[in-house]
Amino acid sequence: MYETKMNKGHLACAGCGATIAMGLASGKFPEKSVVVIPASCWSVIGGPLPYRTLNIPSVHTAFACAPAVATGIYYALAKKYKDHRVIVWAGDGSSFDIGLQSLSGALERGIPFTYICYDNEAYMNTGIQRSSATPLYTITTTTPENAFKKENKKNFLEIAIAHNIEYAATATIAFPDDLKKKVEKAVSTKGPSVIHIFSPCPTGQGFKEMESVKISRLAGISGFFPIYEYENEKYKINIEPDFSRLKEYITMQKRFASIDDESLKKIEKIVIQNFNRLKKKSLLSLNN
Amino acid sequence: MKKEVLKGNYVVAYAVKQSDIDFIPVYPITPQTSIIEKLADFKAKNEIKADYVPMESEHSVMAACIGASLANARVFTATSGQGLLYMHELLHWASGSRLPIVMSVVNRAVAPGWNIWMDQSDTISQRDTGWIQIYTSNHQEVYDHIIMAYKLAEKINLPVMVILDAFFLSHTISDLIIEDDEKIKKFLPPKKDLPFGIDFNNPRSIGSLSDPSNYMEFRKKIADAFIEAESEIEKIYDEFNIIFNRKYEVYEKYMDHDADYIIVTTGTLFENSMLAADSLRKSGIKTGVLKVRFLRPFIKNNLRNFLKGKKVIVIDRNYSFGKGGVFAEELRSIINEDVYSVIAGLGGRDVPPKTIEQIVIKVIKEKKDFWETNIYV
Ligand SMILES: Cc1ncc(C[n+]2csc(CCOP(=O)(O)OP(=O)(O)O)c2C)c(N)n1
Ligand SMILES: [Mg+2]
Repeated sequence: MYETKMNKGHLACAGCGATIAMGLASGKFPEKSVVVIPASCWSVIGGPLPYRTLNIPSVHTAFACAPAVATGIYYALAKKYKDHRVIVWAGDGSSFDIGLQSLSGALERGIPFTYICYDNEAYMNTGIQRSSATPLYTITTTTPENAFKKENKKNFLEIAIAHNIEYAATATIAFPDDLKKKVEKAVSTKGPSVIHIFSPCPTGQGFKEMESVKISRLAGISGFFPIYEYENEKYKINIEPDFSRLKEYITMQKRFASIDDESLKKIEKIVIQNFNRLKKKSLLSLNN
Repeated sequence: MKKEVLKGNYVVAYAVKQSDIDFIPVYPITPQTSIIEKLADFKAKNEIKADYVPMESEHSVMAACIGASLANARVFTATSGQGLLYMHELLHWASGSRLPIVMSVVNRAVAPGWNIWMDQSDTISQRDTGWIQIYTSNHQEVYDHIIMAYKLAEKINLPVMVILDAFFLSHTISDLIIEDDEKIKKFLPPKKDLPFGIDFNNPRSIGSLSDPSNYMEFRKKIADAFIEAESEIEKIYDEFNIIFNRKYEVYEKYMDHDADYIIVTTGTLFENSMLAADSLRKSGIKTGVLKVRFLRPFIKNNLRNFLKGKKVIVIDRNYSFGKGGVFAEELRSIINEDVYSVIAGLGGRDVPPKTIEQIVIKVIKEKKDFWETNIYV
């Protein structure tokens, strides 16, 4: 049976990866969960008044401070409960950019909460503007045409891990069992935990609505979005990538229209480099 | 009940200690720091049960206050100047979410240039954020109003700022009465849960998308709560008097009955203005003083009658560029009398009683608005 805490009916675009991600992840949220949602597509998907998409308490809040709101909720509820969990559900813009300071503060504080970044690699709610999660060469409305993005994507999860947290993982909606298992682990971590979910956006990335899961699978298996886990100081790669699938992944999306053979090579190089770095960490973990 | 001798910032901490607080997120800024340091001491000595949580910014401090308040905690924090400005976005979230958060603000000038001294620009800039603003003038008033602020906030579900002057009040030492815990408990019973907060048995979506078909109704309810605040304040002052035997009025008045001139002001300038009035009266200038305590709500009360036929001189320790002194403008919107607006004491410039006398004499002579920039010694 499909285990979820989402009600039927919501305001997301057809094929929205962020909605599928919540559908899957929320099934593993504990009964006494509070979801904190900063400004994002989920401010809309969560349901306009008087409707609500989630069947657990949710708190909508400002763009930059969801982890701080979560901090306040955690302390207040801790006076009454032992089995509650506060979960931040934030987009990449919140996570990588404007709310990174607040996330860092909450991770350092070490309070038990789970931070889930659903990553669609741009500010989608405001109409597809670049974020620091947007990959190199991507066309967005603030990096149009030949002014495509010139910077690499920030390595968000490694920033989170650098806070000495116990559990962190990437996931994507194409591998639901893997995603759910990771959420389950994350919400039962003693301290803070972070999950980074690749959740593609057909509207913003330029592919057919029916292809969201396929895009997600390709992102994972091509190594473009490496699927791995960090648990008790050990790295584990969950999906061994096949870099030959990169071209297929890139050419399926309009946002990568500016990419020619030469830039594709550069992307391959970066993806392989990033993966090798991860691989080294996982090998080191095996030796320990 | 006992007498203590404390500096203004410690008075805040003592009042907080006795107000049964659950959660205190903090971020330091001069001249607020000794408030949160004193609270840290109380926590270290286990004298308060509240969770004391250093945050990464004032934006996060107010966010944490909001989260905890939504989960039914009684919360407190304090800030100043730049810190208050940094909170601005979240101040709206606090009032829009109808949360009874109490914060003390030690007024501080706004940069550039860096200036840690007394000036109301920080709080004036938050005038329209939907917070009750209480400007205090002395130690006892600070203590009493922190306690009363919780009562008011929780009655009408609006956040309250208790504001004190940088250094002139925050760092000066005075005696005051510290009340017994039992009495305070009687006045301020344990906090009740919000009927719209986080509740696992009734999973609300809080603060969600509000479109043109319903947003305005929420705003109207906040507006109504501010009107309700006016009568609640009177009730709370009465109740406070019954329990503690100290009677506050919405407007404090001094030597007003036969006065030709009324100095209207706020904060510690009220104390200095009373001394100036005494002195002016010796040279035959019949001067009285009116202290405004609330900027929001700006309570009309019987101001119009009270100021009828008087020459009104407002001394503002703030300025709204392109308009004027904020308290002067507020009065002009209510009374028909001429209001002389004087700007003084910005960025911590001292405005001793002597300066206030000069201001009154100048107004009598020149009959116009001006900036009092002289440094009299
Ligand atoms: C302080 C502030 N700045 C800007 C915005 C406008 N804004 C709302 S959502 C959003 C983009 C969110 O992007 P992301 O976090 O990636 O979530 P997504 O919309 O992609 O789901 C922006 C810029 C805002 N709400 N608050
Ligand atoms: Mg996004």
